[in-house]
Amino acid sequence: MEPITQHTGLVYPLNRAHVDTDQIIPKQFLKRISRKGFGQYLFYNWRFDEKDRPREDFSLNQPKYQDASILVGGENFGCGSSREHAPWALEDFGFRIIIASSFADIFFNNCTKNGILPVVLKEEETQQLIKNAEKDDYYLTVDLEAKEVYDNAGFQTTFDIAEYPREMLINGWDEIAVTLTHDDKITAFEKDHVVY
Amino acid sequence: MTKPKTIIEKIWDKNVVHEIPNRPSLLYIDLHLIHEVTSPQAFEGLRMKGRKVRQPKRTFATMDHNVPTVHTNVIKDEISKLQMDTLRKNCEEFDVPLAGMGHKHQGIVHVIGPELGLTQPGKTIVCGDSHTSTHGAFGALAFGIGTSEVEHVLSTQTIWQAKPKTLNVKIDGELGTGVTAKDIVLALISKYGVDFGTGYVIEYTGEAIRKLSMEGRMTICNMSIEAGARAGLVSPDQTTIDFLEGRLHVPSGEEFEQAKQDWLSLATDPDATYDHTVTLNASEVEPQVTWGTNPSQCIPVNGYIPNPNSKDDPNAQQEIKHSLEYMGLEPDIPINSVPIEHVFIGSCTNSRLEDLKQAASVIKGRKVSDKVNAIVVPGSQTVKAKAEELGLDKEFLEAGFEWREPGCSMCLAMNGDAVPPGERCASTSNRNFEGRQGADARTHLVSPEMATAAAIAGHFVDIRTFV
Repeated sequence: MEPITQHTGLVYPLNRAHVDTDQIIPKQFLKRISRKGFGQYLFYNWRFDEKDRPREDFSLNQPKYQDASILVGGENFGCGSSREHAPWALEDFGFRIIIASSFADIFFNNCTKNGILPVVLKEEETQQLIKNAEKDDYYLTVDLEAKEVYDNAGFQTTFDIAEYPREMLINGWDEIAVTLTHDDKITAFEKDHVVY
Repeated sequence: MTKPKTIIEKIWDKNVVHEIPNRPSLLYIDLHLIHEVTSPQAFEGLRMKGRKVRQPKRTFATMDHNVPTVHTNVIKDEISKLQMDTLRKNCEEFDVPLAGMGHKHQGIVHVIGPELGLTQPGKTIVCGDSHTSTHGAFGALAFGIGTSEVEHVLSTQTIWQAKPKTLNVKIDGELGTGVTAKDIVLALISKYGVDFGTGYVIEYTGEAIRKLSMEGRMTICNMSIEAGARAGLVSPDQTTIDFLEGRLHVPSGEEFEQAKQDWLSLATDPDATYDHTVTLNASEVEPQVTWGTNPSQCIPVNGYIPNPNSKDDPNAQQEIKHSLEYMGLEPDIPINSVPIEHVFIGSCTNSRLEDLKQAASVIKGRKVSDKVNAIVVPGSQTVKAKAEELGLDKEFLEAGFEWREPGCSMCLAMNGDAVPPGERCASTSNRNFEGRQGADARTHLVSPEMATAAAIAGHFVDIRTFV
């Protein structure tokens, strides 16, 4: 996956709590057998009506957001189904950073395996960022090495992320290759491990 | 004296391969379940890197999400067919056992695991599906993973995991007549919200859990993810052992006796402590119906649709308003006055033999309302065959239900079994998300008994008075 250390991009604000992965990518698009090409189906039922016409009242359809790369959402972002098609769709659409006050566990993991950085900020901070972005074209910089988020108008904050996903994202490592360096330990474990 | 441990810690300690300070641990996976939707990209990843499946015998595949439930010999949807053909080819190439279309054990992955005895106490179990928590009912540590993790487990039989925090969900008290495991878990999520379990593994304890059948425990563990917890489990006891004895992949004879001792010793020690505890009194739980677009938006069947103005917080008001708008509901009306057009009895939450028996027991010679389309989708070929032995298929058919072939079906509506836009469904499944059962479809989650009653009445009714 593509390494990520520092990223500056246009913010797309999505002020909804509990955005589930069924919304991020509806099931009719899960039938494909490749990892690519899911961006066109992102938030499909919100972006398009039953006749596949764009819904003009849905903000992501505004031309300016076609270049957005940072999504700021509500709490418990990515809840529900484990479908990795959700981060595949976000990444393919162009998002590299998702900011929310909390994430569902499986979605968080799936993001970090696909070069998307999930950033947890305080709810009042995400609300502030959403307000800023709803007002005007709004750019943020996220620095994964310094664990900082800032704009050029004085907003600056830090965030926590566990060392393991941080290291994986910064280096863009193939996790399986890393694990296989412990192959001897797995083999030794399997010798004594009882499974009925 | 050793420190008392929860079952979660016991399984964790037993399966950790390698620990690195301030990093996740490498956890060994005892059973990896596979289905057609979240595995193709993982197998493709193995192929691209020339990797193998490390333990094909600890891997088991089936087809469920995308399979048709009518005319199963012809799969009209070419893309669905390709996905199923791909799983078959992948299983052949990598030597993974498969209960695919036409196999007598085919069914919903979380139904067949327990049914075949693949699911056992103490096992670590993963699957590319968030409802993998179902298997926790047996005292297994079972959780859903993404496709990259599926590829990782296929290749290494391990996964990197941070040691989970433990959450005790203690449910005491006695369930009233007509109130089910489904109502317990809906009431629990309604009380504590859709993310109270995030970051935790739940252990369900208390006398109400002890009295539940394995099927009831599976229903509760299944919906742990709707509370944000990747895994939820129940310490094994005699009920667990009785369920497992004699199943296909469960050892027999002396080995069974040994396994039984091992399994029972996994139960949480009496003085073990948890990181957090929440409680629910089962005797206060009433039959539940969800009214909104997440499982916490739920009320007792005699309750009223909430009014956004009852909340002070503008975001909370907005959330209710948004859900009511999607669901096409007015505030302050009784939920049991809401007419429905569809009933779905099925899904990994409620499609086991016990669920179907309980659903059928409500019929009592009555007919499905002529305004309602009602379908019953058994969880597996085994459930279907057993139900037919008992004549349940005839009871459902005579009442006006359709009797379908096994699969996930209308729970996620991926296979074409969908609720049309704007129409309303009483469903025994697990998610009432927007669009879950079809674009603009409106889902109300209920127990199997409540679903049958709604099918007959044409609207929600209190199962306790529906005699």
